[in-house]
Amino acid sequence: MQALRITLCAATMAVAFAANAAEVEVLHWWTSGGEAKAAAELKKMLEAKGHKWKDFAVAGGAGENAMTALKTRVVSGNPPTAAQIKGPAIQEWGEEGVLASIDDVAKKENWDKLLPPVVSNVMKYKGSYVAVPVNVHRVNWLWVNPELLKKANAKAPTTIDEFFATAEALKKAGIQAVAYGGQPWQDATVFEAIALGVGGPDFYKKAFIQLDANALKSPTMVKSLETYKRIKPYTDKNSAGREWNLATAMVINGKAAMQFMGDWAKGEFLAAGKVPGKDFLCVPAPGTANDYTFNIDSFAMFKLPNKDAEKGEKDFASAVMSTQFQEVFNLNKGSIPVRAGMDMSKFDSCGQQSAKDFQTTSKKGTLLPSFAHGMAMHSATQGAYYDAISQFWNDDKMTAKQAADKLVAAAKVQ
Amino acid sequence: MTQFNGPAQYGFAERWLPRLVLAPSFLLTLVFVYGFIAWNGYLSFTASRLLPNYEWVGLAQYETLFANERAWVAVKNLFIFGGLFIGGGMAMGILLAVFLDQKIRGEGVLRTLYLYPMALSFIVTGTAWKWMLNPGLGLEKLVHDWGFTSFTFDWLVNPDMSIYTVVIAGIWQSSGFVMALFLAGLRGIDDSIIKAAQIDGASLPRIYWRIVLPALRPVFFSTLMILAHIAIKSFDLVMALTGGGPGFSSDVPATFMYASAFTRGQMGVGAASAMMMLATVAAIVVPYLYSELRGSRNA
Repeated sequence: MQALRITLCAATMAVAFAANAAEVEVLHWWTSGGEAKAAAELKKMLEAKGHKWKDFAVAGGAGENAMTALKTRVVSGNPPTAAQIKGPAIQEWGEEGVLASIDDVAKKENWDKLLPPVVSNVMKYKGSYVAVPVNVHRVNWLWVNPELLKKANAKAPTTIDEFFATAEALKKAGIQAVAYGGQPWQDATVFEAIALGVGGPDFYKKAFIQLDANALKSPTMVKSLETYKRIKPYTDKNSAGREWNLATAMVINGKAAMQFMGDWAKGEFLAAGKVPGKDFLCVPAPGTANDYTFNIDSFAMFKLPNKDAEKGEKDFASAVMSTQFQEVFNLNKGSIPVRAGMDMSKFDSCGQQSAKDFQTTSKKGTLLPSFAHGMAMHSATQGAYYDAISQFWNDDKMTAKQAADKLVAAAKVQ
Repeated sequence: MTQFNGPAQYGFAERWLPRLVLAPSFLLTLVFVYGFIAWNGYLSFTASRLLPNYEWVGLAQYETLFANERAWVAVKNLFIFGGLFIGGGMAMGILLAVFLDQKIRGEGVLRTLYLYPMALSFIVTGTAWKWMLNPGLGLEKLVHDWGFTSFTFDWLVNPDMSIYTVVIAGIWQSSGFVMALFLAGLRGIDDSIIKAAQIDGASLPRIYWRIVLPALRPVFFSTLMILAHIAIKSFDLVMALTGGGPGFSSDVPATFMYASAFTRGQMGVGAASAMMMLATVAAIVVPYLYSELRGSRNA
């Protein structure tokens, strides 16, 4: 990721070329195999409607580079039609006054019915749709190598206690229990799953969505932090700075038995020719089977100078929400469609379970935005949370109580 | 005719040509360096978040910056890294230069070898050292494979030591360059002074310590200047080697500034930290320039 920052320069230079307003220009970072195929599908659909597609792909840095490029474009008064922006960042861009409403498309196609309210709220700025969701990733997954569990005579865990029993059994059998990538966002991804498992959805909402200081310094938070830190002895010390896909590869190759990661990890397993349910298992992170932390990619729509361009923008939004695109894209990306009532027969068992849980948790109110993936808080607050959690994970002298105090301070960063 | 007009035209060209040639770069520097410094300074007093805006908030961004623990870790790391990088790089470089100065065989080859790291970018240096220092891939594994299994060298993944790995890679990169500068300086010293000292019976270390190195004062200061600004603006080496990690234990001001301005939507804080970096550089460069300019006027 770091090395990819070099592409930043290239990105900024690409920005210098202005876009022709009559075309649909979309900023995204879908550049890897499956994703690029999905983007090509979108291009075909728009060209069928008579628009010209202009690709504005900026690779690298989980979108950081793309964001830098986007800022340059917007500041110079020449925004693209749409850009891959998600979560509360949509609100941040809305506050800058550069996003366009696509309410008429949303009304015509009845998006309010198709999307769960937790999702549609994220897509709206001051009550009108300014963004269109593309897919749903479930974050609270545990990826398991069943062969290693068999060797250690352990079973896939469903509760936190079972998780540590399994980990201990694996350790006794000389198998590394947990594949871990020590980067701040991965630290937060694991911690978020553990905190949800320990404290439940109400605690999660208070601590990570409402940023409630009482919840953040509560005994539940201290226990969550302690539980999170208990995982460390089951990881290897080379985990610092490891990329998530390398950690996933450890599970695939049988070097480690389990990994906490969102469902993009599935793509790695499938690419290695593994079969879900047989060569690898996807189980909800321990203690979170009835909850669902989501990470939803979306496109935010920018204010454009003329009617032609606006027409293209609306057709683009409509195409993204179409069943055809939602299916093709998500089959390639490993995620699931965001709109309700889709035929899931082409998806694998992990995807089908994810889709089922998405609908049921939505009804029960346990469909939760993932804070580790920019769905729950402003980027500055999220960064401060990352800092506190990473520091706690890496600093063995720091107590859970101190870490909880740091989280309280982090919640004040706006 | 030509003879008559010649000197006047020549005078005109002599007076205006240098100004004309310098004007574009002067203008570019004025706008793109000093203009943008001023703009950044202004931004650091505004409420800018995701994009620049011009709502005046006074010193609020600086307050946020100084209350941020990560910013202080970055400053502490800068002092550790800067001190050891400059000191170590200089010491290594001088040592190599003195050794090479002993009129040894194959000097040309050795000089090139030592100078070579300077030809690499910090990204390459960082990545290569990341592999070498990674306990599971590099040095530690190598020694384990030789049979010494009790050997540990895990600085890269140890939050207390990670900044020192940056120092190691930095010194490796820069000591050849320091060597080249000092070697040039050494060659410029009049041989007869050294001969005279030898006749007086001074030992070789004593000659270097009391005569040669003091004569290299200007080289010493130029090197210090170059290394100091490399240290303060260092970004790529840290990004490639540790990524600021584990956690944020090896963050330096430049990486902190990048993170706040471009990934966390706190452009104001980023601008404020950039101003603090500028102030640090100015604190070093301005007294130096002052003393140099005054010195040359006197001379």
